[in-house]
Amino acid sequence: MIEMSGQRRTPTPLPQMPSPAPGEEVSRRQFLGALGATGAYLAFGGGLLERVLATDDLDAIAAGSLKLAADHQWVMIFDLRRCDGCRDCIKGCQQQHHLTEDDEWIKVYELTGIQGKYTMPVLCMQCESAPCVRVCPSRATYHRPDGVIVVDQNVCIGCRMCMAACPYDVRVFNWEEQSVPEQYHHESPEFQVPQKRGTVSKCTLCVHLLEDGEFPACLQSCTMEAIFVGDLVEDVMSNGRETYILSQYLRQNDAFRLRSELGTRPRVYYVAGHGQDLEF
Amino acid sequence: MTAIHPSLPGLEEAALAPMRRSGRGYRIGVLLLALLTAAGIGAFIYQFSTGIGVTGMNDQVFWGIYTVDLVTLIGFSYGGAVVSAILRLTNASWRGPISRLAEGTALATLAVGAVFPLASDGHPERVWRLVTAMQINSPIMWDMVAIVTYLIATIILFALPAVADLGRLQAAPGLEGWRRRWFRAGAFGWSGTAGQHRVLDRSLTALAIMIVPLAVMVHTVLSYAFSLTSRPGWHSTIFGPYFVVAAIYSGVALVVVVVVAFRRIHHLERWIPERAVMNLGYLMAALGVLYGYLLFTEMTTEGYVGAEATERLMYALLLDRWSVLFWVFVAVGLVVPLLIIAFRRTRTVAGVTVAAGLVAGALFLKRFLMFIPPLTEPQIGGEIGGYTPSWVEIMVTVGALAAIPLLLVGLFKVVPVLAVTEMEEIAASRGEMT
Repeated sequence: MIEMSGQRRTPTPLPQMPSPAPGEEVSRRQFLGALGATGAYLAFGGGLLERVLATDDLDAIAAGSLKLAADHQWVMIFDLRRCDGCRDCIKGCQQQHHLTEDDEWIKVYELTGIQGKYTMPVLCMQCESAPCVRVCPSRATYHRPDGVIVVDQNVCIGCRMCMAACPYDVRVFNWEEQSVPEQYHHESPEFQVPQKRGTVSKCTLCVHLLEDGEFPACLQSCTMEAIFVGDLVEDVMSNGRETYILSQYLRQNDAFRLRSELGTRPRVYYVAGHGQDLEF
Repeated sequence: MTAIHPSLPGLEEAALAPMRRSGRGYRIGVLLLALLTAAGIGAFIYQFSTGIGVTGMNDQVFWGIYTVDLVTLIGFSYGGAVVSAILRLTNASWRGPISRLAEGTALATLAVGAVFPLASDGHPERVWRLVTAMQINSPIMWDMVAIVTYLIATIILFALPAVADLGRLQAAPGLEGWRRRWFRAGAFGWSGTAGQHRVLDRSLTALAIMIVPLAVMVHTVLSYAFSLTSRPGWHSTIFGPYFVVAAIYSGVALVVVVVVAFRRIHHLERWIPERAVMNLGYLMAALGVLYGYLLFTEMTTEGYVGAEATERLMYALLLDRWSVLFWVFVAVGLVVPLLIIAFRRTRTVAGVTVAAGLVAGALFLKRFLMFIPPLTEPQIGGEIGGYTPSWVEIMVTVGALAAIPLLLVGLFKVVPVLAVTEMEEIAASRGEMT
């Protein structure tokens, strides 16, 4: 059974303590036993079992049989056959979110494979089993029902445990105060301008734009049309010009996910390539 | 007042020695420590008001020397718990004269170390969220619970026997004015009856049994902030025991330094026998061998398989970028101290103290090597990161290191430096009373 948890995780109910029959005293042994059971539940049940599960099941996506918590479940697809590493996506992102030049919510790495050099845009993978969400001590970073992970900068204590836990190096810490003209200010975990000093920032998949029916900033600024946004519920993906059936495209192009062996269930797919084939 | 143990002649004066008016050099030293501490506090306030951007940390190396300080100082505090608790449980007769100093060291280092999670946070004023929005899955959450619990236990471990000593010494000659009133109030009615001794003994034994697993838990949980990530060099099952052993190793070393310093400054040679220092030295040497073994097995398991990222890190540590620091640690933190203790000619109080000082300093360096190099390695691609602590971080660190001896000096201005009651009990049980 596949299920998404709600917005902010609500505390899971504790297991019932064994209640003594009328007139019966709880023995010390019983009490300690119940205490131990509660502790074990909190440590393992509460932590490991309660996960935001979904979606590496392309069959279920194609059949529309996923049981999900929201009308949309956003994913991204990077077709590396089209990516030439021009870094326009970075500029578009920085413009949209009024970031300084040092802060890159999407990075473009130049990597070397057996086919030679290729470029690889990396942003928040919106992991379904997200290490960052799991380690956040103050519930500042959390899953929205549509699967997007955001940071509430009014709540973040700035401990950077999420940055330690993230296997993709995509979280950015705001070391300095940022100045952005008043008229651009915006206050919400989905769209925060400017970034608040002493807190963590990351890609929000421009969910504020998606909700208005627009594409994310990086996608809009990608002249190679290599970036797609998709929806697991509708089984569709688009880069603004072309539209494909998501499950079919991923399957036919042997899509992969970055470091998926870690069990993070990333919601960002890649189609391997090195900017070789620009004719579509 | 019915004291069941007659006193050892001269012990009372010795236990109160640090409270007497001190010499000029001593006072200059304390003043210097106070100035350094004040500078550290000033730097901390500056960072808090200006923002964490004044540190040298960056998005790649996002934890720096504050994390090193945190783990090192809390590690030091473990030594006090071990010396006091384990030696009590094993009924080691030489623990008497050093237990108070050991417990004091545990308390002072922990109190200072507990500041560093705050220094490292972007918004230390929001830590109340750890209580109001508790996220039980987070290692940071476990850290907070563990450190606070351990701090409370350490305070009780220090205070319980101290209360008995305040009572025991409230009528001691030379105790005057506010100090006499403080001793009387702090004694909580302790008069040394057999019943009181029994209660104290049983509580201390219970506490000693509790504090050992508690300290193990604290250090294991501290290691989880690193090992529960997927980073090469951090994600390792050995990290829990590795942290625990490093903590006791460095902690015992610091206790040696503190014990010898107080022994020398306050002329306590008669009461703190050479044997106590030597035994601590042996304990430290045994822990050093154990630590060396853990280091070896970590390096071998990580390095032999040759996973790409791990191999890069190993190369940087052993042969390249960090190799000087790494081999300095191996020499200064393991080989040289062990050699000093191995040879009869260097196995003197001075020798053991030098060895202990080297270990305490080297374990600081080792924590740096454990945390910083793995962070400089990018996980996907891009440049290798770097980190140089800023002057603010260095001043806060120096201030914290100065605050520890300062706290100890202050502590033994109001609490006897020797555990008089415990020493008399041990002496009585061995029939050494006059």
